[in-house]
Amino acid sequence: MTDPILRVQGFHSGYDGVPVIHGIDLEVAEGELVAIVGANGAGKTTTMRTIAGLMHPFKGCVLFEGEDISRKKAHETNRMGISYVPEGRRLFPKLTIEENLELGAFTKTDREEIERNLEQVFDLFPKLFDRRSQIAETLSGGEQQMVAIARGLMSNPRLLLLDELSLGLMPSLVEKVMEAVVSINRSGVTILLVEQMVQEALEIADRGYVLQTGRIVQQGTARELLDSPEVRKAYMGM
Amino acid sequence: MATFLQVAFDGLLNGLLYALVAAGLSLIWGVMDVINFAHGEFLMVAMYLSYWLGFIWKVDPLVSSVAGGAFVFILGALTYRLVISRTIGKSAMSALLATFGLSMLLKNVCLNRFSPNFRILQHTLLGGKTFNLAGIIIPLPQLVIGLVALALLYLIYLLVKKTRLGWAIQATAMDKEAAELMGINTERIYLLVFGLGGACVGIAGGLLPSYLAVHPEVGGLFSLIAFVCVAMGGFGSIPGALLASLLIGLVEAFAGFYIAPVFKYVAVFGLYLVVVMVRPRGLFGW
Repeated sequence: MTDPILRVQGFHSGYDGVPVIHGIDLEVAEGELVAIVGANGAGKTTTMRTIAGLMHPFKGCVLFEGEDISRKKAHETNRMGISYVPEGRRLFPKLTIEENLELGAFTKTDREEIERNLEQVFDLFPKLFDRRSQIAETLSGGEQQMVAIARGLMSNPRLLLLDELSLGLMPSLVEKVMEAVVSINRSGVTILLVEQMVQEALEIADRGYVLQTGRIVQQGTARELLDSPEVRKAYMGM
Repeated sequence: MATFLQVAFDGLLNGLLYALVAAGLSLIWGVMDVINFAHGEFLMVAMYLSYWLGFIWKVDPLVSSVAGGAFVFILGALTYRLVISRTIGKSAMSALLATFGLSMLLKNVCLNRFSPNFRILQHTLLGGKTFNLAGIIIPLPQLVIGLVALALLYLIYLLVKKTRLGWAIQATAMDKEAAELMGINTERIYLLVFGLGGACVGIAGGLLPSYLAVHPEVGGLFSLIAFVCVAMGGFGSIPGALLASLLIGLVEAFAGFYIAPVFKYVAVFGLYLVVVMVRPRGLFGW
């Protein structure tokens, strides 16, 4: 295997001295779609926030393309090619869809590149094109999630972090969003996603990690995890 | 009727000046949730700068206003870097008290250096000039400040609403973390906003010595009125601050003329009390 695009080593993190993640290791190779699954409170979002630079690990390191980014701030990791679509979408509520998307490409200065990216995300989510001048807070949950993903793609990231995309969406929409994730991955974007909906996430992922109270308890290909009796029992009610 | 129009016009011109001072305050509050208590002293500092440039080198306030804007932009940015940035994420009281302390410092440094004397700049280009518009006498210095205020407010509006930098400023105000995730350096946005807020009063302060005496306490009244404008207009809303400022300018002028000059601030603050009692969030607050 070539060097992974993201490598997290001996990683401890948490809030204000309260540890949430107790030493985890994980890797994402170029082009992969990797899922971190686990129950609510397992530390999935903390892991993502720390990778993105919104918080810093207590111990251990985060290597992105071989460079230690564990002390970088979020606006710096974005510039380096990591884009984090946060839990709860976090759109800019009073701005239009188009303004939200433009801000996704804030670090880009080449107008042509921005226009090209806009076209690409409108291809992915044609519905957004008709609503591009609508104020973000007036959209439905599913539409907001689409804008959040599209906004995350506007910076041409090499690594896309997707946090709990299914949150608050009805099952038919979850399926649609997951399809979009697969097509983004096929277009060449490496993706790390965290998800409470274990089955849905593992069905689209190449590999997975199972996170439980801040530790990785199981890992393997998505197939292995889907077939694992422990995973089936704990997360799929089977 | 002519008198009525004259008073109304004077009030509106004063209101525009208040609007420019209030816009800076409102911008800082809207983006950072910080009340800058030293805002009036920023104005006073710019007035002294303009006065001394005029007194020593015969630079006209029209020119000094540019220097005032630049000087207070830097003063604002430094204030952010050295004082405000240390209070971010702490209790709102710490920023308030820190800027209050800064206002005391600026006032007393000027008191110590320049004495409490009122200083009037003589022989300015606009000073004392008026022109007559269909029976209304319009003082030129006030008119120029009013027009500059309108132009600057429009520029700020364009910057915030129509440019990518403006969207980044709004994004930072709405959700700082999400803005960081877009690659926006929110520290730098804060620095810029504090500088811009300062530049608004800096330009106003640079022009003011054309018709107003400079002294260390001159900022007090302006900042008090600016607070009222911002609170009455709805915290963070620049159009709200503009409307409230014009209203306050008019009320001040009418009360001063038709009741008695000593009562003009009674009317201004009375109006403020009524507005916040009926609409606690201000005219344009949500």
